[in-house]
This record gives sequence, C-alpha cells and structure tokens, in this order.
Amino acid sequence: MNAKPPADAPVTRRQFLRDGARLMTMTGLGVAAGALAARSTSGAWVWQTDPAKCLHCGNCATQCVLEQSAVKCVHAYAVCGYCQLCTGFFTPEPGDLTTAAENQLCPSGAIKRTYVEDPYYQYSIDEELCIGCAKCVEGCNRFGNGSLFLQIRHDRCLHCNECAIARTCPGQAFRRVPVEHPYLLKTTSR
Amino acid sequence: MFRRLKWIGVLGMMLLPALMICAEQRFPPPDFESGYSLPSPSTPPTRCLWLQYADAGVFLAALAVAVWLIYKKRSRRGLFWLSLFSLAYFGFYRKGCLCPIGSPQNVVYGLFNPDYAVPVTALIFCFAPIAVTLFAGRAFCAGVCPQGALQDLVLVKPVAVPLWLEEALGVVPFIFLGAGLVCAGTGTGFVICRYDPLVPFFRLSGGTFILTAGAAFLLAGMFVGRPYCRFLCPYGGLLRLASLASKWRVRVTPDVCTQCRLCEQSCPFGAMREPAPAESNPASPAPERKRLAWLLALLPLLIIAGAWAGSKLSPAAAQLDPGVALAERYARQQSHPARYGLMTPEALSLDRAAANPGAVLASAADMRHRFDLACWLFGGWIGLVIGVKLIALSVRSGRTDYEPDRGACVACARCFTACPNERVRLGLAPAGGESAPS
Repeated sequence: MNAKPPADAPVTRRQFLRDGARLMTMTGLGVAAGALAARSTSGAWVWQTDPAKCLHCGNCATQCVLEQSAVKCVHAYAVCGYCQLCTGFFTPEPGDLTTAAENQLCPSGAIKRTYVEDPYYQYSIDEELCIGCAKCVEGCNRFGNGSLFLQIRHDRCLHCNECAIARTCPGQAFRRVPVEHPYLLKTTSR
Repeated sequence: MFRRLKWIGVLGMMLLPALMICAEQRFPPPDFESGYSLPSPSTPPTRCLWLQYADAGVFLAALAVAVWLIYKKRSRRGLFWLSLFSLAYFGFYRKGCLCPIGSPQNVVYGLFNPDYAVPVTALIFCFAPIAVTLFAGRAFCAGVCPQGALQDLVLVKPVAVPLWLEEALGVVPFIFLGAGLVCAGTGTGFVICRYDPLVPFFRLSGGTFILTAGAAFLLAGMFVGRPYCRFLCPYGGLLRLASLASKWRVRVTPDVCTQCRLCEQSCPFGAMREPAPAESNPASPAPERKRLAWLLALLPLLIIAGAWAGSKLSPAAAQLDPGVALAERYARQQSHPARYGLMTPEALSLDRAAANPGAVLASAADMRHRFDLACWLFGGWIGLVIGVKLIALSVRSGRTDYEPDRGACVACARCFTACPNERVRLGLAPAGGESAPS
C-alpha cells in the first residue's frame, strides 16, 4: 500500500512540481543570502541612544522590556563643572546643600556626591540604583554643562531585535550602531 | 563710573569668545590642585562576537541533530530532550533573541534599507531552517524552536480542532507574515518580535498586553497543541510552504500501513489526514473540477481586489510609523491645539516637530509613499493567500494511507511509536499481530 515506487518509475506531476519548487526556493535563498552577505557585517548591530537627540522624557525608565531598564545615566567627567550646587543632583530649590534625601533630585538616590577640593564636588552614578529616569539629565542639561546623559548599558541590554524604547522615543534618539562602537559618549570637543 | 563701565566692557570682550566656544559648558571644568585625576565613564562591552557565532553553531548543530533523530533514530524521546535543550539555551539563556521567527524582518529590512547590513548570524538563523525544511520537513519546529518546545511542555490533553477551523485559521500566519514584512520593509518596526507572545516568558518580564496574550496562548496550549505555531507563527507559515516541497518526509509506518488510525489519535496537532477515497467513477469528480477551474479564474480577481483594498488601508497603516504619527499630531496641533503635560513625551516630541517642521513633514511624506506601495503589495498578498488556500482545499490529495499533512506536520515524532508496525520493528510488540500468542 505504502510501498515506495520503483526507482525507474516516471516522475509524477506532483513530484515534478515539488522538485521544481525546491530548486527555485533554494536558488532564491542562495541569491538573497549571497546579495545580503556581500554587504553584511561580521559583527552585529546594537541599539544605542544618542545624547545629542535625547529629550530626557523619562520613557527609558518605563519602556524597556527589562524590569530594571538597561538604560542608565552615565557621567562624562571631563564635561562636568564639578559644581557645588549641581542642578542634576539637587532639587530646584534645595533647603540645604547636603546629601540629605529631601535635597536630592534622584528618586533612587543613585548619585554619589563626594568632596574633591573647595569648592568642587564629584558626582558619580551608582548603576545598581539608577533607573534611567533622566531627571538628573534634565537638570544638568537645562542649567549645567550637560555632563550627565543616558546610555544603554550593554552588559544589561538584552539586544532585542527591535528596542522597545526606540519605538516610543519622542526624540527618535535611538538607533542601531555597529557593535565595534557600541557607545555614543559625550566629550568636551563637541 | 566711566572706569567701571570700561572695566565691564573689557570683561565682556574677554568673555564673548569664551561664550561662543563653550556654548554648552556653562561652568568651565576646574583645574584641580589636589592631584585629582578625572575618571572616565565605564563602557561595559557587549556580548563578544565569537559567542554570537557559537550561538549560530549551536543552532546549526541542533538542526542537524533534530534531522538525525527524526529520520535515523525515529526517536520521540530524543527529540523531547533536544527541544528541552533548545528551550533552555535559545529560550531562557539567550532570552529568545535572535530567533528565526523574527529574522525574516532583518532580511527584508536589510533588502530595503541599504544603511542596514544584515548580520551574518541573522542570515544563518533565517535561511538555515528553511533550507533544512526543503529537504527534511519542519525539523526546526520539532526540536530547535524554543517557542514550540514551551508549548509542547504545557500540552496536557489535546483536543481535535475541527478541520474547517484549522484550515481557516491557517491563513492567519501568512497574513501576519505579510504585515510583519511590510512593517520591516518600510522601516517602521519589527512587529513580529513585538507581538511574540512567548518571548516575555523567556525574559521573565514584559508588558501587560503581551503577557496576557502569552498566558492565553499557554492556557489554550494545554488543550490545543501548539496554538501559536499553528495559528499565528509567521515563520511557521514560511516553513509550512517549504515543507510542501520537501524532499523527504516523515513516514509514520516503516513499511505497510494497516489503516488502524492509531497514529491519527496520537497527533496533537491535527496533522494526520485520512486516505482520500479512491475515485470509483471517473465521471463523479466533474463538479470538483469545475470548482477548481472557477477558483483558478478567481485567483487574479482576489489578488486585484486585495491590492485595491490594501491601497485603501495605506493612510491608516502609515500611522504605525512613529514619524508619520508625529507629523499628523503636529498638523492637528496647528488646527486644534491640545494641551499636553509639561515634559511628557508627547509635548517633547511636538516641540521637536515645531523646531524643524519641514524635516518631520518631509520624512513623513516619504514614509507615506513607502506605505502606499507596501500596502498595495500587502493587500495583493492577502488575496493570493486566500485564493491559494481555496485552491489547495479543492485539490485532491491522492492519499492511499494515513499520512501526516506535509505542511501541518511539525515532525515531532509522536506518531512513530503509535504505529503497531513500528512497535514490531522496535521489538516492543510481537510480530504477526493476532496470530501471536497472547
């Protein structure tokens, strides 16, 4: 009933169509793969946010597929003015220039303020605490040097095929960058 | 008084160039006297390149093992362990990204956007399962796909889906595939990835909507075998097509079919088809032939009607693109101003559009043109899918035995041990059937 046809049996119509479709598909796949591979990159692409386009809206904290966003605040120390009254660290009208919680802008207390020399203070980000809400970025960019900015941290990023934040970014600041240069850092020579 | 004014003037002259150069740096970086050295921001590296190639290697090896298990070992148990490995590796370790289901989007995006070079790994993930399927059936679905493995795990008590419903819902993957490729080709986004209901389980996080959809699929999957694979997965649709042309296929029985129907009950995916009764009277298929002829004539009409309907869809579909949506919101804002909260994404993006309306409107117009063509093609594609489905339903199969449907079979190997002849071959049952001593 289910016996195989003998080897010299004539090719049936179905078999002919099937073989033809397979041949054509393989050819098509080969051509497409060849054309794409010719200008393909050995490395991958990763998502990154451009600090020059970032509008500090706060979407990064909530839109990432991760519970704790892979976007964190990064500090370009070379751009920083080391201000005593840092508008990225302190609330708009701080009662006192101390690290008391009520004076801090960061909702999770992720910015560490350390004394360097009079009257300069260093501000550094504790990435474990940072949620990527960009409140400090807004403060620093509006009144200060703009040394605080957001970046996707690639040790945390899941490298989704389509970044969930990119879709909702109001500044369209997210783009694919080659994996060889996965960060878009701020420098003084801007 | 005059002296003071002059002093201010001199100071102003000195400050002016400084202001022009350091427009961003309102507070000049200090010269530290205490020997403080500037730290530099850390840049944790991304996953290294050789690991990505290792992923592709594991993927190809898993495909080869799946083919070997299906055809040489004919082992459901082996396939089960392979699919568990795939679930652990591609699912929970690699978090379901990059997976072949989404990879056609990368390919199409690369074809239509010259700036984007498709990574080699994406090409491998996209083309290797199709090539394997062209020769050996859907081995990828059986043993390598983590989404399929997850659904296989939750399957408790499969119920048979009526054939009419199965065939009707079977067009959904192709429509989803078309929509996904339209969005990828225009550069709007990767909707197949966005609406993959099972990936959030691999990541153990996700939005409310997609988690609910995923839970619904898993709940349904307890009683309907692999609902995502059968009724939504666009890559499953591609492999279904490739499987129709496959060189080899899964054969339930090693030699002779006794038509016992045991394999039919063993298939949880409704892929087993009964033999088509042989035509005794050559005159009887005349109405069928007539219907087939009508459907063949209808096919171009369906495609044209679909293309027309698709072109009507274009203005609405273009809204999917964030740039077009922003341009329309900006235009609306000019005629009917709405108030958005301070510093909300909506207000910020409107500010951005207001700063340079020409660029935003021009890019939106360009995107609308892209959507015009894409929706035209998409509509035609839907017409083609429906037409071909109708034709496929009208073609006689010519089956003489119980056989898995070429397209629907995911090569899971469940039916092998259900076949009494296979059990005899394996030495699990005595040869000879009734004549054997009981």
